Amino acid sequence: MAKFFAVTIIVIAILSAIPILRHTWVAPEDISTHGGLIDEQMSETMAEAGISFLAAQFVLAFFIWKFSNPGPDAKIKKFPGGAKGLVIAAILVVGIEVMALGIFGVKAWANVYLTPPSADAMPIQVQAGQFAFYFRYPGPDGTFGATHPEMISEGSQNFFGLDPEHDVDSRDDIVAAEMAIPVNKEIHLLMHSKDVGHSFYVRELRVQQDFVPGLDVSLHFTATKIGKYEIVCTQLCGLGHYNMKAYLEVMSQQDFDDWMKKEAAMQ
Amino acid sequence: MHDMSAHAVQHHAPPTSFIRKYVFSLDHKVIGKQYYALALVAALTGMVLSWFMRIHLAWNSAAIPGLQLLSKTGAPGGVMTPEFYLQLMTMHGTIMVFFVLTTAPFAAFGNFFLPIQVGAEDMPFPRFNMMSFWVTFTAFLVLMSSFILGDGPTLGGWTQYAPLNAVGSVAGPGQGLGVVLWAASIGLFCVGQLLGSLNFITTTLDLRVKGMSLMRLPLTAWAWFITSCMGLTAFAVLMPACILVILDHVAGTSFFVASNLVINDQVQPHSGGSTLLWQHLFWFFGHPEVYIAIVPGLGIVSHILITNMRKPMLSHRTLIYSMGALAVLSYMVYGHHMFVSGMNPYSSLAFSFPTLVITIPSTIIVLVQVFSLYGAKLRINSASLFSLGFISMFVAGGVSGFFLAQPSIDIMLHATYFVVGHFHMVMGVAAMFGIFAGTYFWFPKMTGRMMNETLGRVHFWLSFVGAYCIFMPFHYLGMAGNVRRYSSFVDDFLQPLIPVHRFITVAALVTGAAQLVFLYNLIHSRFWGELPPNDNPWEATSLEWSTPTPPPFDNFGGKHPVVYHDPYQYGVQSSVGDYVMQASPEQVKTEDEEK
Repeated sequence: MAKFFAVTIIVIAILSAIPILRHTWVAPEDISTHGGLIDEQMSETMAEAGISFLAAQFVLAFFIWKFSNPGPDAKIKKFPGGAKGLVIAAILVVGIEVMALGIFGVKAWANVYLTPPSADAMPIQVQAGQFAFYFRYPGPDGTFGATHPEMISEGSQNFFGLDPEHDVDSRDDIVAAEMAIPVNKEIHLLMHSKDVGHSFYVRELRVQQDFVPGLDVSLHFTATKIGKYEIVCTQLCGLGHYNMKAYLEVMSQQDFDDWMKKEAAMQ
Repeated sequence: MHDMSAHAVQHHAPPTSFIRKYVFSLDHKVIGKQYYALALVAALTGMVLSWFMRIHLAWNSAAIPGLQLLSKTGAPGGVMTPEFYLQLMTMHGTIMVFFVLTTAPFAAFGNFFLPIQVGAEDMPFPRFNMMSFWVTFTAFLVLMSSFILGDGPTLGGWTQYAPLNAVGSVAGPGQGLGVVLWAASIGLFCVGQLLGSLNFITTTLDLRVKGMSLMRLPLTAWAWFITSCMGLTAFAVLMPACILVILDHVAGTSFFVASNLVINDQVQPHSGGSTLLWQHLFWFFGHPEVYIAIVPGLGIVSHILITNMRKPMLSHRTLIYSMGALAVLSYMVYGHHMFVSGMNPYSSLAFSFPTLVITIPSTIIVLVQVFSLYGAKLRINSASLFSLGFISMFVAGGVSGFFLAQPSIDIMLHATYFVVGHFHMVMGVAAMFGIFAGTYFWFPKMTGRMMNETLGRVHFWLSFVGAYCIFMPFHYLGMAGNVRRYSSFVDDFLQPLIPVHRFITVAALVTGAAQLVFLYNLIHSRFWGELPPNDNPWEATSLEWSTPTPPPFDNFGGKHPVVYHDPYQYGVQSSVGDYVMQASPEQVKTEDEEK
């Protein structure tokens, strides 16, 4: 029984590692300027976690194989290094390993969160509400019009509660249900929640950030590949959560300009 | 340290009436069993809910026979609606985390065995102890009542994030009365655990018998003591948070709701609250809670492994200090649940490093446990198999913590199945394995009967392989970007992953069915199991094995044991074999001393 158990542990450990080594299920290709560092960090962590996992399971299995039911005459023995050796090993090997991961990982985090967007980053406001995203571009004046919560109306499609009658800034604002951006252009995303908590997750863009009702947060990124990608909500927001999504269209500058004109005409 | 012959503990007369004996009992052993029974009912409920969820995720339009009985509107014709999925998910998480993972390893086994292991007749506050169980039981009823009251249970997940938890029924089914019942239930649960923790701490510090120094306490007693210290501080934060949620619902306050929120085109009548406040309060409880669930398991499997290895752990003190380090660090890491929550990004870094540091005591515990096997005379039985399975599972779930401790990687993995796989393995399955190990090990002492060993092994094999089949693929799904808390995967991106979900569902159904083997074994053995050969069938050393089986009302039959030895004197030559019990005055030499 003990030997069979030991073999089972090893078989399970190897089978668990195979999909990782074969890259059977992996994140979609990165399309951002900052994502490379995150992916690199992920691979390094995978190597260290994988080795720790396999080593621990193998040693466990080996000891179970070797030291079960040894017979009545067997004498117990103590591991030669004692606990002190293991503690030192844990602190030196695992401690330094994970600390190094943490320190290197700061750079990947800093790229996204600790550096301000450049001055010419394009501002786009995204508003999350049960169960849709809406996007707002400031228009030719470069200024977002003020929002008025009491004027928000799904029926009249005033999703942001704009008041163009009295507010000049809001007259040229462009509101869309999909997010179009030019490729290789830094985007400054201003995130606002209308009602409860939501999140903005684009796998390919290596971006995930919660919306905080009552507190507008912002994010900046640059997409490097033209294409259509899914934006999904990852913060449980109610019964329609599973279906709360929008699309991110990364376009050439020319296509983007054309899209803007078309959207402006539709407002 | 107290000599009980000089200091009377809470002497209360043996009960005579049925109600005092079995219902409102003051006996810590009966209360322990009551907690165990509650955890068992809760675990079965939580498991069945997970079956429904898994079937729905794998075959979205499948009608589940009988599901409409649970909710006509939630499952018309047995087909689950998205909101009902979320309601079941919330109940599954809440039931499992609170009423199983906290209740069984800590409150059930701790209640039964902590007083005996320190040599006491009972806990110092038996009425508080009784109240602790009945408040917890009431909490469970209040939670379950949300299935039949109002528009069903809350759908906000076991974490109940604000402001979804505070704006009322306008936010969806169950968000009115359902949330109030959830918060009332968890608030009551906190009261129960606070009373329990108080008893555990005072039992450990004040009721130890003569000779039982702190370092002579078994690792289980240490684990329960450390856990109760965490419980006393963590539940004390969650309870007021639950009260504040209820006030937001019934008293018009706005603790967790910001100004100018618009739902259904209506500006909500709240202003000035903070969404992130809830997350801080919840996770300040929530992360210690992870260790409240797992530290008793670490103690239990160490205790059981030592007995079955016939040798002590490489270092008793190292394990105790490491468990203590886990407890202290658990309060400094909670912000890793909030890396992308919108809190200050520098805070994320500040919470990341303690999270990485916490891997060190965890690694030390695993290394000490594994390398203690070296040179052992390991006995294989259901209890030791589950203990070894615990280590394997704790490692498998633990290494995925390397990823989630790093804010940059969390950007990709947050709110995906990777997280679900991580916590199910490391605090769910591992803790469950600790509960199973404890059950097979202590059953004879608790009931006076042995469990069936063959059925125990069948249960182990199906559970061990099954748990890997369920929870390892969760990690792969998460790495591919499969978001959690979705009732169905309707879009093109997630469609290709559905076969993996089907595999998991089949594995979950089989593994769940294996738990029925355990249930049968438990009930059958309780009444018809073999009688144990003696009071100490595992040839163990700690005080619970010095008592009659099952122990009498006052545990030691009117005598007060005196402790002469460290808790784990194995590998010695004594008159009874290769061990000497803590309460035995026999002087033996350990092998080291002989050399």
